[in-house]
Amino acid sequence: MNSTNLTTADGVPLKTSLRRAQRRHRLKAVLLVTPLFAFLLVAFVLPIMDMLTRSVDNPEVITYMPQTAEALIAWNGDGLPGEAVFAAAAHDLAKGSRERTIGHVASRLNYEKGGMRSLVMKTARKAKKWESGPYRELILAADKRWREPDVWLLIKRQSAPYTLSYFLSALDLRHGSDGSIESKPAHMKIYVDLFMRTLWMSALITALCLLLGYPVAFLLATLPMRQANLLMILVLLPFWTSMLVRTTTWIAILQSQGVLNDLFVWTGLIDDANRIQMIYNKTGTIIAMTHILLPFMILPLYSVMKTIPPSYMRAARSMGATAFTAFRRVYFPQTLTGIGAGSILVFILSIGYYITPALVGGQSGRFITNFIAYHMQQSLNWGLAAAIGSLLLGVVIALYMLYNRLIGIDNMKLG
Amino acid sequence: MRFVNVQKSYDGETLVVKDFNLDVASGEFITLLGPSGSGKTTCLMMMAGFETPTHGQILLNGEPINTVPPHKRGIGMVFQNYALFPHMSVSENLAFPLEVRKLSRTEVAQKVKRALAMVRLEDFGNRRPAQLSGGQQQRVALARALVFDPEIVLMDEPLGALDKNLREEMQYEIKHIHEELGVTMIYVTHDQSEALTMSDRIAVFEDGIVQQLAEPDVLYEKPCNAFVASFIGENNRLVGEVTSLSDGGCIVRMETGEEIDALPVNVASTGVRSTLSLRPERVFIEPDKGSLPNIYEAEVREVIYLGDHLRTRVCVCGNSEFIIKTPNALGHPVLRRGNTINVGWSREDCRALDA
Repeated sequence: MNSTNLTTADGVPLKTSLRRAQRRHRLKAVLLVTPLFAFLLVAFVLPIMDMLTRSVDNPEVITYMPQTAEALIAWNGDGLPGEAVFAAAAHDLAKGSRERTIGHVASRLNYEKGGMRSLVMKTARKAKKWESGPYRELILAADKRWREPDVWLLIKRQSAPYTLSYFLSALDLRHGSDGSIESKPAHMKIYVDLFMRTLWMSALITALCLLLGYPVAFLLATLPMRQANLLMILVLLPFWTSMLVRTTTWIAILQSQGVLNDLFVWTGLIDDANRIQMIYNKTGTIIAMTHILLPFMILPLYSVMKTIPPSYMRAARSMGATAFTAFRRVYFPQTLTGIGAGSILVFILSIGYYITPALVGGQSGRFITNFIAYHMQQSLNWGLAAAIGSLLLGVVIALYMLYNRLIGIDNMKLG
Repeated sequence: MRFVNVQKSYDGETLVVKDFNLDVASGEFITLLGPSGSGKTTCLMMMAGFETPTHGQILLNGEPINTVPPHKRGIGMVFQNYALFPHMSVSENLAFPLEVRKLSRTEVAQKVKRALAMVRLEDFGNRRPAQLSGGQQQRVALARALVFDPEIVLMDEPLGALDKNLREEMQYEIKHIHEELGVTMIYVTHDQSEALTMSDRIAVFEDGIVQQLAEPDVLYEKPCNAFVASFIGENNRLVGEVTSLSDGGCIVRMETGEEIDALPVNVASTGVRSTLSLRPERVFIEPDKGSLPNIYEAEVREVIYLGDHLRTRVCVCGNSEFIIKTPNALGHPVLRRGNTINVGWSREDCRALDA
């Protein structure tokens, strides 16, 4: 019989009838997830889209110096541009100065080339008074830096509505004077090193969490219920304490006049003059973050270990394997999904961590996130902040895909 | 393998195993049978080396093995949930005990192949355990416990997770493998029919003590105490007081006044209370007067038709749960509810046990 011809008793096609019956269920399900979906859309998806847009968005020059941007299109970039460009620039600068919008352009150009802010602002102030041309002479007289073709090339390049220059900056690259991409001079390189540092410190933190968390998770999974519950509370206790409190506690413990150093001095391990600097550097960041992220390693490990019955180990031992061989060949391979899940969780949380490195990291223990915050709050270079953030997001997505490829995201369990 | 006065306590307050003595002959199939919590699995774990006896000795070929770690005992084991390693294929599972023994690769391959053939799973070597049915997993677990040619194989309720038909099939299969290989098997179960089917001898466990250790037929026909009688097979219980006791017989008086002639098995003296144990198939309906020492009037309460036999519940000597099993043979008496009949049994079939 052909299934499409099936009908119910009163002649309605079976599929239609089934769809009708399920519609209510589906509607109910949709209604239940709508609030969360709306929340995620507003609080998560839209901000990320905004960030991604900002990292390439380049509205300043084209919005506030529109005539200049237009005029520069015709310029081939050879030598200085013609009178038309100068006239347009003079007009835009004067208008921008009157309407107090030229500051945006000045800041934007300054990101790319030091001194551009003062140059633009100064010239704009003068341009207000200019009645008539030739503007080329007026502008060149206003500041001799306008004689450099590089300045005009820069403005031409930044006239495009979208730019890669934030991403280039975030990777310690820049446009050379001829427009090609070159690496920044050594003293201006910050971000690649910082990315690398963030990555290796996160990897180290992940490794430490694994090293410390694995035995704890094993105990949790094998101890009798009562002791296991107590241990679980101890594992979760940090979760219930404010992170600020936990971080500042580490300051109290690790600082040079802190508990740990006092103990070392008291036991004679080190003398008073040589107290170890354990905070406001990499050590501080690594210790404090390992502590804070440890539960994120223990819980996925525990949830996997809990499902491994003790009879596997016993079976292995009864077949002649030593305790170590049984662990290595039978137990450990079965915990790999837990190790994967815990590691990727800790690593992703770690590379995006902000507060702890900011509090205890000092100069050398800072993460890339601290620079995102810096550009958000201090330098107000949101484009660069967005570009760094997008790169970080890219790393996370790449890791996630790698994990999915190797272990399968379905295997990620968190308790 | 021998157990001498073995005791085991987990908490220092109660003994899980109170006094375990067992002498397993080479090549024997012994079953430890008992309800859950009776200590049988603990005994098995002590044999395998996962638990150490609190007191007493375990001897293997005359050598004490109390302190020998599990991996040096060379005892195969089949676990309740099979414990097949999920991250290894069937062949890898079977190769594991051989690899840890550092056998050469060709030898491993050869033995794995032979073991797979033994359990008729030649084509399943590359599968993962999760891709096998329960019965197939069970067979792999069995093959894995045997592949390294251990002298002794322990089995901890290996058929518990299988459905009834498969369980019976596996019982025979295990039995045949045992006969073929001549390996000593020690089997733990709480299923009495499984124990009766497979074992050479059965140790009935209760309360940390072996209540009776005997061949299946002895266990069924000659239980030595009330627990064994009620645990193995169906059993009618009549409780009364011993009024006279001689070598070959005793008289037990019921609360309702009947004086039953029984075989004294586990009664110390007159005046003590005793449970009479009587198998339902050893009760005769309407026997000839005088042919049996015990003939009493009974009222039929219920008749249940079971195809090959009939179960009749009657009230006799004050016990309304008294069951009579009669084969569905030609010319058997037809009973109806409410009928009053005479039932009788011999002295030998009615065993006077402890109360």
